Amino acid sequence: MQREGQVRIPSGCAISGIIDRSGRRMSGEAVIESIAIMHDRSNGLGGGFAAYGIYPEYKDYYAFHIFYDSVLAKKECEEFLERHFDIINLSKIPTRKMKQITDEPLIWRYFVTPLPTRLADSQLDEREFAAQCVFRVNTRIDGAYVFSSGKDMGVFKAVGFPEDVGRFYRLEEYEGWCFTAHGRYPTNTPGWWGGAHPFALLDYSVVHNGEISSYDANRRAIEMYGYKCTLKTDTEVIAYIIDYLHRKKRLTLEEIATVIAAPFWQTIEHMTSEEQKAHEYLRVMFSAQLITGPFSILVGFEGGLMALNDRLKLRSMVVGEKDEKVYIASEEAAIRIIEPNLDTVWAPGGGQPVIVCKNGGEA
Amino acid sequence: MAVNYIYPDYEIIRNSDRCITCRACERQCANEAHEYLPEANKVVCDDAKCVNCHRCVSLCPTRALKIAESGNTYKQNVNWNGKTINEIYRQAGSGGVLLSSMGNPEDYPVYFDKMLLNASQVTNPSIDPLREPMETRISLGAKPRDIERGETGRIQNNLPPQLTLSMPVMLSAMSYGSISYNAHESLARTAEELGIYYNTGEGGLHEDFYRYGKNTIVQVASGRFGVHPEYLNSGAAIEIKMGQGAKPGIGGHLPGTKIVGDISRTRMIPEGSDAISPAPHHDIYSIEDLRQLVYSLKEATDYQKPVIVKIAAVHNVTAIASGIARSGADIIAIDGFRGGTGAAPTRIRDHVGIPIELALAGVDQRLRDEGIRDDVSIIVGGSIRSSADIVKAVALGADCVYIASAALIALGCHLCRSCHAGKCNWGIATQVPELVKRLNPDIGYKHLVNLMTAWQHEIKEMMGGMGINSIESLKGNRLMLRGVGLGREELEILGIKHAGR
Repeated sequence: MQREGQVRIPSGCAISGIIDRSGRRMSGEAVIESIAIMHDRSNGLGGGFAAYGIYPEYKDYYAFHIFYDSVLAKKECEEFLERHFDIINLSKIPTRKMKQITDEPLIWRYFVTPLPTRLADSQLDEREFAAQCVFRVNTRIDGAYVFSSGKDMGVFKAVGFPEDVGRFYRLEEYEGWCFTAHGRYPTNTPGWWGGAHPFALLDYSVVHNGEISSYDANRRAIEMYGYKCTLKTDTEVIAYIIDYLHRKKRLTLEEIATVIAAPFWQTIEHMTSEEQKAHEYLRVMFSAQLITGPFSILVGFEGGLMALNDRLKLRSMVVGEKDEKVYIASEEAAIRIIEPNLDTVWAPGGGQPVIVCKNGGEA
Repeated sequence: MAVNYIYPDYEIIRNSDRCITCRACERQCANEAHEYLPEANKVVCDDAKCVNCHRCVSLCPTRALKIAESGNTYKQNVNWNGKTINEIYRQAGSGGVLLSSMGNPEDYPVYFDKMLLNASQVTNPSIDPLREPMETRISLGAKPRDIERGETGRIQNNLPPQLTLSMPVMLSAMSYGSISYNAHESLARTAEELGIYYNTGEGGLHEDFYRYGKNTIVQVASGRFGVHPEYLNSGAAIEIKMGQGAKPGIGGHLPGTKIVGDISRTRMIPEGSDAISPAPHHDIYSIEDLRQLVYSLKEATDYQKPVIVKIAAVHNVTAIASGIARSGADIIAIDGFRGGTGAAPTRIRDHVGIPIELALAGVDQRLRDEGIRDDVSIIVGGSIRSSADIVKAVALGADCVYIASAALIALGCHLCRSCHAGKCNWGIATQVPELVKRLNPDIGYKHLVNLMTAWQHEIKEMMGGMGINSIESLKGNRLMLRGVGLGREELEILGIKHAGR
């Protein structure tokens, strides 16, 4: 059977996210409870979490989470890492033995910083250097897969129901100011853990519910800019688009939302001439980054969380607020189960981004 | 009979019970295939003069006429078939090059017919274009590498000049001279009404048509006929014609008999002189020369117009396109080996060039591999026959298509492939005044607008079925295509999977 990456697998899904604007940290317990209530939106073939603010003691170091198929792959990868980075700390990621989660690969975590000489030689900025090293591992070292590479954040994912995945990774023992969660309903057996969500590059993480119809147009465009789509999933290509537009092209998240879920021309026609010009420019300039077909996504980033629906709102997504906390989920029930007394609850329109920054965070 | 007698391919069949001897057929046929015999009070026909254009069939009020294959045959032989033998007789008689018109009619694979489109089922919804917006608008032109922000942080518009179209279709180059004034007017008015573009071809722009300038592409070809500053500045974009799919590697020849009146003035050459377009541009023998012409034209138009470079799809098209993308051109137009023409040597038309589907797939991928796909837009033509061909071309990677044969068919062309004779009974490929006036531009342009509107509806339906609501998300979306009956290498070149995978 072909592994994910050799074959493209569409998925349905559930997503949930919590952010505390004040930056106060909470345990991973709540997000597990939230995603668990949407059990029937997953089918046990993938679940995962992204957690921000969980490594304050290592916040200046890239936290690489890596799956290994074999000890050999680990050895080869670690040699690569040592050639390019100063490894401050390394360990197995703590897990809990559970009968619901089987066939786990070797799961390791490294806190690293680029070797100054290598970084200088590369003539790249630090983040691009780190990103290119991630691509090198994922495309050239057979059996090694970096699935998380940001600072002060981490992705935890596996094949299984999301609530089981959360318990497996002992997520309740982590504390962060933002969590996102994903339950997957793939229409094919993914074969390995790398295909689960979130998908992350540097501090950007994406959980996504939907099946985008623009996939191959987006993939072929983004691959021209040096990205390698190794998983063939929508989430992977969306994450790269966001990285490309935000980190490389320096668009704001609000501008990014109007690129990937662009307003229709007929809507643009009714805008003021100033707005018209701005939207027309973004649509023409970044037409290959427009995403069509159903999606609801949660994008975690260094400074906060963005939620976005496709331009027609073909996937459910609800936002609830209580004091400093903002909850976003596929279903209202997933919010009510952890916070029954919301100040407000609403469903954002198609293409209308909800951008929540923690205090001091930038979009 | 002579050794080189050729029996007519087609036979005019007249049902004498239905014929009322109104002589409409006689009046309509510029080839004089019909003749009235007063003594017998009947109309007879000479099949040898018939080009099978269906003018008489269409206008016979009693449906007394039809054209059928004559069925005369030499002894069957796959290798030495009747067509081959007849062509030898013709050349043995004339000592000349065989001439043909319209596109290559031979039995080569049509890859568009070996690709099938996708549709949504269950995992994502199809979109109903009658209920939801479905966008077919596109922009053609180079896209800069980076955005620029002003002092306030607002994004500055740093886009080079773009062409904006309501749908990904343009009307391909056909010169005034090769087609009639009324045909040109029909194309121009269609482009204006639909918000698309038509192309002057290399015959210059008739002064009456400057008013359609904002929907006009002005062409600069190797003969440079009718090129002057006002002409260059009158259109929305300038096209340098390096080649044409129907006759790659050779030039053109409009006989002096057609260089009359307005055509002479528009082309800026004396009446009665032959208009000969050389095979190459004699100031372009190399890619660096092309760059100079691109920038000369940009200088002449103050960098306000995108420049299109049109080439025929030939074996080395991917490398050539890559060179053009680095030459300052904004748009590359690629014309496949089935593209039409008003006249071409038969052997060239039928044996030179490659299919547009393969050329497009190769060029799109090559430009992506080199990271320069954003520097140019790609237009493909030769031969786009339907909305399905357009959707497949866009999914392979085209930004837009050129149509010409289909547009002429909408105006009345019956593909008799006799344009080079200059006696088009439908008033399209002729300059004979009484034939030209048979094409009423008021009606002609409406037919063409209808055709394009119908195709736009069909494009939207196919996009909606795939769950795509903007044509931009279809561009290069090759997962929406599957091949049927194609070999591994063909699939690899097209960059698509076989159906079932």
